[in-house]
Amino acid sequence: MKNSLAILLFFAVGVLMGNLGWFNLAGDGASTYALYFLMLLVGVSIGTDPRVFSIWSRYGIRILLLPLGTIIGTLGGISLLFLLIPSVGYRELLAVGAGFGYYSLSSIIISEMHSESLGVVALLSNIIREVVTLLTAPLMVYLFGKLAPIAGAGATSMDTTLPVILHSSGKEVAVLALAHGIVLTILVPLLVPLILGM
Amino acid sequence: MIEIIALLLFGIIAGRRLVHYKRLQPWLDRLILWSIFGLLFFLGLSIGRNPEIMHHLPTLGLTAALISLAAITGSLIMAWLLHKLFFKTKKKEHEE
Repeated sequence: MKNSLAILLFFAVGVLMGNLGWFNLAGDGASTYALYFLMLLVGVSIGTDPRVFSIWSRYGIRILLLPLGTIIGTLGGISLLFLLIPSVGYRELLAVGAGFGYYSLSSIIISEMHSESLGVVALLSNIIREVVTLLTAPLMVYLFGKLAPIAGAGATSMDTTLPVILHSSGKEVAVLALAHGIVLTILVPLLVPLILGM
Repeated sequence: MIEIIALLLFGIIAGRRLVHYKRLQPWLDRLILWSIFGLLFFLGLSIGRNPEIMHHLPTLGLTAALISLAAITGSLIMAWLLHKLFFKTKKKEHEE
């Protein structure tokens, strides 16, 4: 639901129309309120999702282990990358990584809070994360074990990449993958603003 | 930053109170999806008419790819460690 081709289509049509100069209205103030409205809706949808609390009451703190690993791995890998390309900025790199594949929401937050060019980086980077996982999940299992495609998928392990994960790691990781995706999906709208506000 | 997080948390708390209104969920999902459509469309618009960003698109794309690569590699190594440390011996326990 959250990451679909239709979302990209809207973005691409926007780029095309903007480039052709079809829409020349500048609506900078409006987009801030649109983001506020979206964050409220995302919050309500997390709150009303019965899976969130049933998984928590069933598995408790253990369910956080794998998402925590993905967070440490993502931010750790990016910290090493910062040594290679320091010009982009540490905070900026971390904020893009904290999208964990949830490209629609993270790019919207980043372009509103930071800049449109970093928003574009977030959009592309998080799409790449999802696509790479979709394409290489079996290889990930072969090299790094059953949990690997779940960690690679990030927040998308609960929906868009779930079928591929189950296919390459086996059905027994279903609950782990779902919980991992749910936890990261909740954390994206929290972590991205926190990192940018640091 | 504070407003964004406050609205999110307020939404979660409000959502907990609405958890039994099952008919709300599909409407909510639709509303979120269309808000995202709209916001990304407008993001696209302002990027499309910004020659600076369009000009730097290849660099931005390369940066994006490097970030994904670093993020995925780090995550895979952590997944491998966790698998070795915790999951291998008791993997049957969580089966559904």
